[in-house]
Amino acid sequence: MNAVELCGVGKRYGRQWAVREVTLSLRAGERLALLGHNGAGKTTLMKLMLGLTRADRGTVGVLGGAPGGAGSPSRQAIGFLPENVAFHDAMTARETLRFYARLKRRPEAECLELLDRVGLAAAADNRIGTFSKGMRQRLGLAQALLGNPRLLLLDEPTTGLDPALRQAFYEIIGQLASNGTAVLLSSHLLTELEERTDRIAVMYQGRLAAAGTLDQLRVAAGLPVEIRLRIADGRRVAVADALALHSPRSVGLQELTLSCPVADKMTVLRAVAALGDDVRDLEMTLPGLDAIYASFTGAPATLEAA
Amino acid sequence: MSAVLIIAGKEIRDGVRNRWAVTATVVLAGLALALAFLGSAPTGHVGVPPLAVTVVSLTSLTVLLVPLIAIILSYDALVGEIERGTMLLLLAYPVRHWEVVAGKFLGHTALLGCATVIGYGAAGVVIAATAKGSTAGQWPAFSVLIATSVGLGAAFLALGYLISSTVRERATAAGIAVGVWLLLVLLFDMGLLGFLAATQGRGISASLFRWILMLDPADIFRLINLASFTDVRKYSGMAGLSAQAQVPPGTLAAALLAWIAAPLGLTIAIFGRRQL
Repeated sequence: MNAVELCGVGKRYGRQWAVREVTLSLRAGERLALLGHNGAGKTTLMKLMLGLTRADRGTVGVLGGAPGGAGSPSRQAIGFLPENVAFHDAMTARETLRFYARLKRRPEAECLELLDRVGLAAAADNRIGTFSKGMRQRLGLAQALLGNPRLLLLDEPTTGLDPALRQAFYEIIGQLASNGTAVLLSSHLLTELEERTDRIAVMYQGRLAAAGTLDQLRVAAGLPVEIRLRIADGRRVAVADALALHSPRSVGLQELTLSCPVADKMTVLRAVAALGDDVRDLEMTLPGLDAIYASFTGAPATLEAA
Repeated sequence: MSAVLIIAGKEIRDGVRNRWAVTATVVLAGLALALAFLGSAPTGHVGVPPLAVTVVSLTSLTVLLVPLIAIILSYDALVGEIERGTMLLLLAYPVRHWEVVAGKFLGHTALLGCATVIGYGAAGVVIAATAKGSTAGQWPAFSVLIATSVGLGAAFLALGYLISSTVRERATAAGIAVGVWLLLVLLFDMGLLGFLAATQGRGISASLFRWILMLDPADIFRLINLASFTDVRKYSGMAGLSAQAQVPPGTLAAALLAWIAAPLGLTIAIFGRRQL
C-alpha cells in the first residue's frame, strides 16, 4: 500500500487552477522532495492530502483511504509541519507540545522525549515568544513527529535553519524513513536535497513537470555532463583533433572542455582513456539540481512531453 | 478528554496567561464597587435597598461593557488564527471544525463567566457587608444580574465568532465588531426611541413593541433585570414599561439563549464549510 496515491488531481481557487492533473505516489519509507517556486502548488497538494481542501478533479488516497476528515484514522497517523509554522507566543514549548499531544491522544512522556530529540529540552519551559526562528522550526518538527506518524508532510521545513541544524533535521528525517515513515517535503532550496531524498518531483505552475530520482531527472532534462581535461605540454592540438567528434573547446593552453549528454558519458571517457599520457587529469561535473530545475521550469513547452 | 475540552482549556490558559482574565475581573469589580458606593451615597438613610439600586446601575453598565469585552475577545478568534497560521496546523490534527468553535466558545465563556462572577460577586459581598439593613431579599435579583450578564456576554461572543468566520481579514472583523456593538447596544434603542417619539407611540402596538425588543440581546438583558423584580422595578423607572411590555421571564431567557445559539450555529455552519 502506498502512503500517498494521487491520480489526476486538480484543485481550483476561483478560476485559477492551483494544481492540475497531478499523478504521484509515495511509498512507505520513501523520501520525496517536492520542488517548485512559491505558488507552484506544493502547499495545495499537502492541504489536499490532509483533507483541508477537497480536490475538484481526480482522486486523493492517503494511507489507504480518502484523506481524513478529523474523525478518520489517517489523521492520527499524519504529521504536518506547515510553512512558517506559528505558535502562541505566551505559551512555553512544553505547554504547546502537550496541547498538541492531547489532541493526538499521545502520552505526555512523549513530549519530553521529542523536545530532547529536536534539541529543545533545555528551553522547554521558555516562552515561545523568546524563541529564534530555528527554535520555532524545531518545535514545529517536534509536533509533527508526535505519535510516530506513518506519513510526514513538511512544508519548507528548513527555511531559516542554519547549516548545522539543517544537517540534524535531515538526520532525523532519515531515521524516520528507515523506520518506514513516508516523508514528503517541499523546498525551493535545491542543493540541499541532492543527497537527502530518494525521489524528486518538480512542480511548475500547478503541474507536475517531472518526477524521478536525481539520475533519472538528469537524463530526462537532457543536460550535458561537463568534462574538463588537463593536457600534457604541447599536446593540446593533437588531443583536440582526436576528440573532434565530441567538439572540445579550448580553455587556456593546457585545458580542454567537453560537453556530452549524460547517456554518452562512458563513450567519451573511453575515448579520453585511449589517449594515454596526453591527458594528465580529468574533472567531471554532473548537472546539479539547480540546472535540472531550471531546465524543467524555464522551458515549459518541453515539460508537456516530459 | 475530548477535543472541545482540550481547546477550551487552552483558551482559558491563554486568557489567564496574557492577563486578560485578571484585567477584566478587576475592571468589572472596580466599576461595580464604584457604582455601588456612588449609587448609595444619595440614598442615604431613606431605606432604599442597596443591592436593588446597585442592580439598576450595574445593568446600565453591563449592557455597555460586557458586550464590548465579549466581542473584543471573540472577533479574531477564527480569522486571527487563520491569519497567523495556527489554524492550519490545528485543523491538521484530529479535530473537527465545529470542535474548534465549540472549544473556543466554552473557554471564552468560562473566562468571561469567572470575571463576572468574581467581579460582581465581590462587589455584592462588600455592599451586603456594609449595608445597614438586611439584604437577604435582594440576592435573587443580584444573582439573576450575574447570570444574565454571562448570558449577554455569551451572545456577543457568539456574534463575534460569526463575524470572525465570515471575513478574510482581522481588520475587517474588528471594524464589523465595533459596528455590531454600536448597533445593538446604542443605535437600536435610539432608533426605536426616535420612532416612538415621531409617531407619538401610535406607530406600533404594545405587543409588537414587546417582540421588537426581542430583536436586541441588550434589550432582553435590560428587560430581565430591570423589570422582573418588584424591588428593582421601582427604582429603574421601568414600572410603566414593564406593565405594557410584560414578557414572561421564561420567554426572555429563551430569547437570550436563542441569541447565543443562533450565531453559534451559523458560525459552525459557515466555518465548517470553509476551506483553508
